[in-house]
Amino acid sequence: MAQAMLDKIQIDGIEVTFSEGETVLEVTQRHQKEIPTLCYDPRLEPFGGCRLCIVELEGARNPVASCTTKAVAGMVVQTATDTIETYRRTLLEMVIGENREVDVHPLRGYASGELMSLRDKYEIEGANITGAKSGTSKADDNPFILRDYELCISCYRCVRVCAEQEGDHAINVMNRGFQTQITTEFDGLLKDSACTFCGQCIQTCPTGALADKKALRAVDEVTDAQFNKTRTICPYCGVGCSVDVLTTNEKIVGIHPAMDGPANQGALCVKGQFAYDFVQHPDRLKTPLMRGEDGELHETTWEDALDKAAEGFKKVHAEHGRHSIYGIASGRAPSEAAYLMQKFIRAGFGTNYIDNCSRA
Amino acid sequence: MSNPLVDMQKPNIIFCIGTNMTECHPVAATGLKKAIARGAKLIVADPRRIGLAEMSHLYLPLRVGSDTALLLGMAHVIAREGLIDEEFIKNRTTGFDEFFEHISQWTPEWAESITGVPAKDIETAAMWYGASDKAAIYYTLGITEHICGVENVQSLCNLALMTGNIGREGTGINPMRGQNNIQGAGDSGALPNNYPGFQSVTDPKHQAKFKAAYGKEIDLEKGITKVTALELCGDSIHAMLIDGENTLLSDPDREHCEHALRSLEHLVVIDIFLTETAELADVVLPATAWGETDGVCTNTERRVQRMRAAVPPPGEAKPDWWIICQIAKRLGFKGFDFGAPKPIFNELCRLSPIYAGLDWERIEKSEYQWPVPHKEHPGTPRLHEDTFVNGKGIFSNVHYRDPAETISDEFPVWLTTGRRLQSYHTRTQTGRAQGIDYLLPEESLEVNPADLQKWELTDGEWCKMSSARGSINIKVKATNRSPRGTVFASFSFADVPVNLLTGSGYDPVTHTAELKVCPVRLEPL
Repeated sequence: MAQAMLDKIQIDGIEVTFSEGETVLEVTQRHQKEIPTLCYDPRLEPFGGCRLCIVELEGARNPVASCTTKAVAGMVVQTATDTIETYRRTLLEMVIGENREVDVHPLRGYASGELMSLRDKYEIEGANITGAKSGTSKADDNPFILRDYELCISCYRCVRVCAEQEGDHAINVMNRGFQTQITTEFDGLLKDSACTFCGQCIQTCPTGALADKKALRAVDEVTDAQFNKTRTICPYCGVGCSVDVLTTNEKIVGIHPAMDGPANQGALCVKGQFAYDFVQHPDRLKTPLMRGEDGELHETTWEDALDKAAEGFKKVHAEHGRHSIYGIASGRAPSEAAYLMQKFIRAGFGTNYIDNCSRA
Repeated sequence: MSNPLVDMQKPNIIFCIGTNMTECHPVAATGLKKAIARGAKLIVADPRRIGLAEMSHLYLPLRVGSDTALLLGMAHVIAREGLIDEEFIKNRTTGFDEFFEHISQWTPEWAESITGVPAKDIETAAMWYGASDKAAIYYTLGITEHICGVENVQSLCNLALMTGNIGREGTGINPMRGQNNIQGAGDSGALPNNYPGFQSVTDPKHQAKFKAAYGKEIDLEKGITKVTALELCGDSIHAMLIDGENTLLSDPDREHCEHALRSLEHLVVIDIFLTETAELADVVLPATAWGETDGVCTNTERRVQRMRAAVPPPGEAKPDWWIICQIAKRLGFKGFDFGAPKPIFNELCRLSPIYAGLDWERIEKSEYQWPVPHKEHPGTPRLHEDTFVNGKGIFSNVHYRDPAETISDEFPVWLTTGRRLQSYHTRTQTGRAQGIDYLLPEESLEVNPADLQKWELTDGEWCKMSSARGSINIKVKATNRSPRGTVFASFSFADVPVNLLTGSGYDPVTHTAELKVCPVRLEPL
């Protein structure tokens, strides 16, 4: 290993070390150099489809895709010569010319702005190359995933994330060349395919062709295309996926998986990705409730509710002793709640009459 | 879990038993799918032909509640074929000789007679697991929600101990926890037998420690479990404080449960919705929800992580910790002067050896898996690497027991219950998320198509399902996921309260209900 780390390649005149198996793109990125990519997702197997990451390699006749080229000791790499940059610009112009639009709302998905950013970086204005447009959008009545293939650039990130990361193989490719079309088995609805609506395709799509239909409901509220992100943990099962909650004006408008989440590395399931709106549902309890003389629950103040809650425990304690009171902590609330529930019972009544909801 | 989630990509043999992981822990299941794509072999033991079974290389369709027999049969084969790890057994375990003797009688042919799984498949599973030095076990409630939940878990431990498949990458015994902070609730001491950090309440040292910390002498006897407490409601239990649990729908035998809560003199419920349980309360206190609350949770791999508030709560809702403090202070209890979650978590860390190296700031980046015994400790992604907590791994000479109730002329069908991908628990959350209904609008009873005629049922029509405890109406769905003679439903939908039927028995040690086995009768409506 020590020997392997001594192996070096030269990138833009600077000698850098690499580990066996690393690609030229990975080595370059590790040394904080930017190489443009579209079909690249660091979690997926290198694909070499978009050709934007091409670099010049001393001794090679043509530029090579850095994402599929493994670093070999002694390589001399140029990442941004004039020729390379011209190639990249032309490739981008071709891709952009084929799409209905490039300016997409960031609520479409985590990576949806990638093509837009590259267009801005290369200062490409409008479609310089015009002609037929590829990709036919698919009407699909599902409430979660928009299939706007007129924005598709055939990078296959959705196909690959579904196969390699989610392991569902729900997304396929139909036809070839200009007629290439991303679809599902038998070209049907996602509901009738192997799709589990985990949303990973939405979040890896670099153009917003596959988009978060549910988040897009808030598109008018996120006026300047800006929203806040708060890192937290998914509220559902015990896997503990890291998520970023997207908010605007104190409203939750969507969820992004955390690509660096230790438990999920960018993956989520249908619940974690789409079932967040229970939080701001009108059914939420907003005030304390207290049972009245009429036997019904009525809204009341915190003071009265807490007094009644405490009085009831006091009375039962006085009449039946300390072993007549029981506490059940939640497996959904944070640990501070569970800790204080057990402290309430133990420090308050001196018993161990406490449990949580793990037995059901 | 003994091993971290990242290890799920590492085993060569994966043994999943009683876990519907692709539906209940879908993101964890992606790790297994990657292992399989890499060439790992998957053995799945489950009564139902679930998604994992479809992906498996060897599927063991055992009868509900017969897990112990299957695992005894596997242990027999592993020993018979000499696939044991003698060095591991010698250095790390105790009681193998007795165990070896014990399992000699439980042949795969005997196991077939109990489980219905062909003896040759039991042999193959045992040979694959036993011959691999990177074999991992994954299980969920299909193992624990039985009257013999403890024996089931002990049987899995026996397999790992006899083959040395524990304490290393790609091995281990890995229960998947079902709720976002169910691990944290136990870690925090919300258990009748343990103080925070799993410190036994029956140890006088721990009693003295918490007397010093809380200023109160706490019983040296274990408390009672929730199950027992519900049985004693109105008898010796007269008041309850319930935080965020819809006991009425999630627990077995709903009628008994409702009667229990109604017979309390005083019931206080803290929740985010007016659940079926909250409707029975004398006082309902509105809590802040996920996304509105700062706090800490611990996941299934013991990773301690921060949850953060992103939006303000509705109306006057308050954090659970604040509510509990307010009640405590009104009762004159000391030690509840908290103004934020941070000092509460830090107090927990100070009192809990497994969190001793942690505090609010240190868990900012989700780096630590407990135990973290001191501040210089890097955390423990993998348990049992060099030693077991209690010294040596102990073999358990378990015996198979029938479920609490078995099928009869009156109740000739096995009902087993569980969860579905698109819904979560009693649907207080997913039932209020737009779009989920598109994928799963209603509950249905999964029945093998070949059984329809026998019970005079029609696919898509309603039927009446009865157990010794009650009846419900439910729509029939014909599917090969259910084997002949066994039906399945989830407990998620309030209008199809499956837990009216369940509750035939409990594990005598853990008091976990046998929610996975319930003999029923089906009749057309």
